[in-house]
Amino acid sequence: MDTPSNAPAKKTPLFGEHQGLGAKIIDFGGWLMPVNYPAGILEEHKATRTAVGVFDVCHMGEIHFRGKRAGEAVQRLVTNNVAGMVDGRAMYAVACHESGGIVDDLIVYRVARDHFLIVVNASNIDKDYLHFVANVGSWCELTNESDATALIAFQGPKAASALAGLTTAALDSLQSFHFLPNQRVAGLPAWIARTGYTGEDGFEIFTPVEHAVAMWQALLGAASPLGGKPVGLGARDTLRLEGRLSLYGNDLSDTTTPLEAGLSWVVKLDAGDFIGKAALLHQREAGLARKLAGFVMRERGIPRHGYPIKDAKSGTVLGEVTSGSVGPTLGKNIGMGYVPAAYAEPGTRLVIDCRGKPALAEVVKGPFYRRTGA
Amino acid sequence: MSDTYPNDLLYTEDHEWARQEGNLVTVGISQFAVEQLGDVTQVDLPREGEVLKAHDAFGSVESVKAVSDLFAPVAGKVVKVNTTLRDSPEYVNEEPYDGGWMIQIEVANPDDLKKLMDSTVYETFLKENED
Repeated sequence: MDTPSNAPAKKTPLFGEHQGLGAKIIDFGGWLMPVNYPAGILEEHKATRTAVGVFDVCHMGEIHFRGKRAGEAVQRLVTNNVAGMVDGRAMYAVACHESGGIVDDLIVYRVARDHFLIVVNASNIDKDYLHFVANVGSWCELTNESDATALIAFQGPKAASALAGLTTAALDSLQSFHFLPNQRVAGLPAWIARTGYTGEDGFEIFTPVEHAVAMWQALLGAASPLGGKPVGLGARDTLRLEGRLSLYGNDLSDTTTPLEAGLSWVVKLDAGDFIGKAALLHQREAGLARKLAGFVMRERGIPRHGYPIKDAKSGTVLGEVTSGSVGPTLGKNIGMGYVPAAYAEPGTRLVIDCRGKPALAEVVKGPFYRRTGA
Repeated sequence: MSDTYPNDLLYTEDHEWARQEGNLVTVGISQFAVEQLGDVTQVDLPREGEVLKAHDAFGSVESVKAVSDLFAPVAGKVVKVNTTLRDSPEYVNEEPYDGGWMIQIEVANPDDLKKLMDSTVYETFLKENED
């Protein structure tokens, strides 16, 4: 992680809750976070796929843009089409450097014509804020409200019914990638977004930091009778990987572009002007030299970050695994990694070097796991 | 604590346990190792007949989040391997001292066992190395 090692690790407002629940705590990018609770990663993963998982994501960053030119400022920073957003809409996007490399992946929320919120990765908060201020700081008011904002993810097929017991908000009509500001959940002020990072239906609930503990307890209380569980970073990682959702720092970085990462669907080269557009246009015309491939293991072996990816016949090193794990719902081991574009075609055989043991893998298209009805 | 670290076993600093029966030593990993790893998802073990030196890596155990080498507590020949773990690695979590055993070694040098810790020393070792 790119956090100075001499900085003291930070705690979210829910740290005491995790301790009380008996969580195993790790330092994740400078944050002391639960990696799993006593139930364990596999049980937490399953609870999210079958019922509800409750996740502390308070470490994530919230940067607000306010003022007449807020929308224009956000458009300058992100690759997706901001002009197409309406109030209450959320949109996945990336912010790029002029080089086309990714500063961060993020979600943009349009609160009002003159108010946008961008939620960014925890380990990138300072980097992103500096990047935003350096580029559009004079266009509108930018405030980093990360420390004042708690965020809890509430994910799974029973998330909507569990949450409905805590709020009068119109959840039934709240569609995916939309949000409702200024609501109440368990009597506490909340913004309810139908977003997530698990491949399931679900919500991310924002509340002022002073209500974090009460909100967490209320959400856990609503989830538990339905088989819901608190879920740590361990299962958060296996859930997002099964959904083939990229993780910044692993699958995305300052030196990979969104086109290489398979995120061309969030790059709108015919919409607004944004930082990195020229480089991405050039890359699109020149063709991609490498692509992020998703693969399923066909032989025994668990792919992990950093393992070499090789040509199945010649043994030539093609790249390395950026994310890899067991896929608990799939019963298969899965991973992702950058390879020369010709090797990213579905059906291509690759060899993953699992600590000296070669194991065959096959490139596949799309998410490894897709929820029914999605 | 005798349930967590049975007192009829010997332990290594790498958190393997060894159960001596005559010239045979059965090997697995301790409750502490199991708790550190979390859900075990893959166990790779040597073939029967393989000859190990003490401290040789004889295999690996993988959980959802990590992979760890397994080290031989004593030198000798592998005479039995728990092949059940290939398809049912969860035994390591559920019964680390029973169904989760890994290999059985025919001991080459009985003095190797004297270098291992008994349960009392092992528990002290764990306390001294907390975090």
